[in-house]
Amino acid sequence: MSVTVTTPARRKNYLNADYGIKSWLLTQDHKRIAILYLVSITFFFVLGGVMAALIRVELATPLGDMVEPDTYNRLFTAHGVVMVFLFLIPSIPAVLGNFLIPLMIGAKDLAFPKLNLGSWYVYNLGAILMVAALLRGGTDTGWTFYTPYSSTFADSEVILTALGAFVVGFSSIMTGLNFIVTIHRMRAPGLTWFRLPLFVWAHYGTSLIQILGTPVVAIAILLVAAERLLHIGIFDPALGGDPVLFQHLFWFYSHPAVYIMILPSMGVISELITAFSRKRIFGYKFVAFSSLAIAVLGFLVWGHHLFVSSQSIYAGLIFSVLSMLVAVPSAVKVFNWTATLYQGSISWQTPMIYALGFIGLFVVGGLTGTMLATLGIDMHVHDTYFVVAHFHYIMVGGAIMGYLGGLHFWWPKITGRLYSVFWSKISAGLIFVGFNLTFFPQFLLGYMGMPRRYHSYPEEFQILNVLSSAGATILGLGYLLPLIYFTWSMRYGERASDNPWGAYGLEWETSSPPPTLNFDEPPVVTTEAYDYLAMRDKKTAA
Amino acid sequence: MSETITPVRTYLVVFLALMVLTAITVAVAFFELGPLNDIAAMGIAITKACLVILYFMHVRHSSRLTKVVVVAGFLWLLFLIGFTMSDYLTRGMISMQGTIG
Ligand SMILES: [Cu+2]
Repeated sequence: MSVTVTTPARRKNYLNADYGIKSWLLTQDHKRIAILYLVSITFFFVLGGVMAALIRVELATPLGDMVEPDTYNRLFTAHGVVMVFLFLIPSIPAVLGNFLIPLMIGAKDLAFPKLNLGSWYVYNLGAILMVAALLRGGTDTGWTFYTPYSSTFADSEVILTALGAFVVGFSSIMTGLNFIVTIHRMRAPGLTWFRLPLFVWAHYGTSLIQILGTPVVAIAILLVAAERLLHIGIFDPALGGDPVLFQHLFWFYSHPAVYIMILPSMGVISELITAFSRKRIFGYKFVAFSSLAIAVLGFLVWGHHLFVSSQSIYAGLIFSVLSMLVAVPSAVKVFNWTATLYQGSISWQTPMIYALGFIGLFVVGGLTGTMLATLGIDMHVHDTYFVVAHFHYIMVGGAIMGYLGGLHFWWPKITGRLYSVFWSKISAGLIFVGFNLTFFPQFLLGYMGMPRRYHSYPEEFQILNVLSSAGATILGLGYLLPLIYFTWSMRYGERASDNPWGAYGLEWETSSPPPTLNFDEPPVVTTEAYDYLAMRDKKTAA
Repeated sequence: MSETITPVRTYLVVFLALMVLTAITVAVAFFELGPLNDIAAMGIAITKACLVILYFMHVRHSSRLTKVVVVAGFLWLLFLIGFTMSDYLTRGMISMQGTIG
């Protein structure tokens, strides 16, 4: 495909429809807003990554010889706050979801384009507040803002950081609301609920959590501010409050928030596994409903963070059982992806390598999660590196692998350009190896009793910590590569065809990149989702 | 969406009911009812909230989907309060010596 393309011959698409900074900052096109989000969250991913690098450098030696203990507290707080609120939660929904949901359901845009643009501005406003807090010295409470430390004792920038999280929460609510209305009202003719791509189902579940959970954490944050500023007794026992109440309110949102990060990733994986196995997904309805089951059950398990916080043992029992239960829909997904691979015609493209990596890492993250949900084990490993390793397997090994896999899969659609196959496979390999080398030793460290959030440790822990820091270097290199070859491809990459992977789905039936209104003619859907057999028959007939 | 037009009279009646209920809330505050204090206050408040949601927010004549959304919101509030209370109501129930309640 080395046709020399002259500019006038290129058809109009959403990227060349309009030029100038104003056409971007005031755009109401969901695809352009997705790009705006991509730029913002990439910036914060790098910022959060720098914090992680500093943490790993400090932990390469047992002595706390690089930063002061107080600085270390501010470092890991900044790492957590930036990665959770400014990167992971918006990552897949605001970038890939924003770009793809209207395309996948055959619509011209989301239901509320202005609300969509507004959400990006609200996100940035919250981000500015958090960065301001960082520049004023940062916060030392950890990303969880636990009381009574955050409400009574901490003298760092708690209120400013928390206010930032509060504001960013609203952008998340706006995105969720937009998705739910869009999925209900704007599906193309013939696109019934059970013909929807599973990516859309996963985002529907995610949106439910964003809408139902985020207000609660917003209220919890406001109450901390109210107690700090106005001395209203909510969490301070001296004023008649209860510090553990904060943990209830905080985790009512923040456990489901983990599913805001992982559910969209699972949606991506369902798309990748089917596309590169050339098969309809095994048990479509089970995978679809498991997204909803995770969204609902995820709200009933938050007490597993409070097992050693003086929570009643009876409540602990209930939360332990319910936490085990949420493993069921997660396992349904993993088994169905694996069954989809069976007798599929598998090709080892870069997105597929990410997808298979996701399954492996998610299984480790999920199974250690059920270990932590066991009361007896949690007593021992609570607040150790075992927990740190567990949630990084879910949030980095799971969520970010899915995000990168999706980005590699839809990049030709988003930009109309291809990237280097060779370097992308190298980076996928580096990330998988680097990730495991970083975080697997942390399971062992936690099991041996190394607590989290300390900047020094006994000498016998050094070997595992050095391994972890070495892994982090490889992981960082793995993340750096896509940044380089994606940027390169935007200008120099080969032009992509409309459907470079031969994948099934409405988004592949329009041009790459799509026109501003997505489709030249409104699509009508007549086949089931992932009907690769019909697609192949059509091709042989043609 | 088929809009049902509510007569102005209905709004006035609901408004009046809300006012009367407010007056009752104030009146009840003057009596010591023991454990019934909270129940009375919350009962009246819930009744008022329902009136506002059903009539002023038009949920009574909305589609089934809208009703599901409203009910789901309350269900989630129930999750939040119910499971939190599963902690607070059972905290004191362990009576082993030497442990912290
Ligand atoms: Cu949790």
